[in-house]
Amino acid sequence: MSQSVPLRPSDRDGIRRVLIESLSYVAPEADGSSLQPTADIREALDIDSMDFLRYVTKLHALTGIDIPERDYSSVSTLRGAETYLALRLGVT
Amino acid sequence: MPSLGADMDAGTLRAWRRGPGDEVVRGDIIAEVETDKGIVEVEVYASGVVERLLVEPGTKVPVGTPLALIRAASEQTTPRVAIEKPRIATSVRSSTPSARKLARERDLDLSHLRGTGRHGSITRSDVAAIAGSVELAGVHEPAGTRLRASPLARARAAVLGVDLRRVEPTGRQGVVIAADVDRAAKAPTRLSAAEAGTQTGMRKAIAAAMARSKREIPHYYALHTIDMEPALEWLRDRNGERPVQRRLLPAVLFLRAVVLAIRDFPELNAHCDGGRAEPSEAVHLGVAVSLRGGGLVAPAILHAERLNIDQLMSEFQDLVLRARAGQLRASEMSSPTITVTSLGERGVEAVLPVIVPPQVAIVGFGAIQTRPYVVDEKVVARRLVVASLAADHRVSDGHRGGKFLAAIASRLKEPKEP
Repeated sequence: MSQSVPLRPSDRDGIRRVLIESLSYVAPEADGSSLQPTADIREALDIDSMDFLRYVTKLHALTGIDIPERDYSSVSTLRGAETYLALRLGVT
Repeated sequence: MPSLGADMDAGTLRAWRRGPGDEVVRGDIIAEVETDKGIVEVEVYASGVVERLLVEPGTKVPVGTPLALIRAASEQTTPRVAIEKPRIATSVRSSTPSARKLARERDLDLSHLRGTGRHGSITRSDVAAIAGSVELAGVHEPAGTRLRASPLARARAAVLGVDLRRVEPTGRQGVVIAADVDRAAKAPTRLSAAEAGTQTGMRKAIAAAMARSKREIPHYYALHTIDMEPALEWLRDRNGERPVQRRLLPAVLFLRAVVLAIRDFPELNAHCDGGRAEPSEAVHLGVAVSLRGGGLVAPAILHAERLNIDQLMSEFQDLVLRARAGQLRASEMSSPTITVTSLGERGVEAVLPVIVPPQVAIVGFGAIQTRPYVVDEKVVARRLVVASLAADHRVSDGHRGGKFLAAIASRLKEPKEP
């Protein structure tokens, strides 16, 4: 990818950029920045389990964090995913 | 122009990937063709050297029309379809004097060209079109009025329902690139329902195939509720120890179960031509893929019987991605021997699918849902899925169909590798 998102974001802004990039990767026509922070992205963007897997794979590629299946529900909203990634990355 | 589905009668050549003089090997992708179901990559069926391209990009031609001449590897010198200049005037189809003159100037053979003039006669513009296509295949495409867009942009536009003529290009030399299409798709100008209705050829293609199916195929249906707990527990344990790139989806368990179960039901893995079923040795597993922005395609995972479950997952993933990007291949579009439609985790609980002709069966899976279920005389909460079968009653009957669903269920109850 030609984006300037750094590997392992070091602040909340970086995490948000990673999230938006990962979402637009699976739903190119979707405008991630206008998503409700608490909306389930699978519903809001109408993405299926394969696209959700691609989103999780993209998050892994951009942050180095492998999200296990049992944590999928934690990253299924923008706010949840931001909190989850901040915790895993040690970002306050 | 290959037939990429039972109801396709014409296709539009979008782009050439190879040009005159290029060596091609059987299976190479030579062109992109646009059908009502999106853009499809066309493979060559014989190895050799591209002699000449016969159809200009942007032209819609009937199925069966020659697109290019390929000199077989064994034909050392002149191509089989030789350029016999003096014979042009005596060919079956007539041509105008100015067409013949231009053909002589450009050293082109008219004997295999279908004209657009009266009674199929070849006009000067037909010849110019061919001459143009030969030139277009070179490195420098003349800057004309032709709409210029990258293949990805065209695919994206087809999926998103964007009119390329209304997209502002930012690519080199005024080429519309995918990002331009995305930008246009987000723009507030929305198509009216009427405009959208006339625009989606895909809707028409689905309508034609499904109407034919319901008109010609006497469907029967069978349903079976399957306890998914063992399979999902197996999947959880297996995915738990794997990085995200190597995890499996429940849908792959369905595909795998169908591939394994169909072995004992060859009459359901078949094509039916004129009431006679021809079972297939290979299992080319059709997978119904819904496209973002609407529409549906059901291309095949070729030779699914040769794949282990990890290979099946990666082929499945690749197929869905390419289907959504408009990059399917002709062989994948035309070959399914049985199709699976899976509604996914947010779908409803069951589907009664419609057979895709000339196939004779289609298997559906509803969403996996937690429901009360009786195990050892006790009602417990279990995750269940309703599997369904629609099959051609000319070829099989409900008794066999029911056994097939039971065989799928027993594969799902005892998931194991490979």
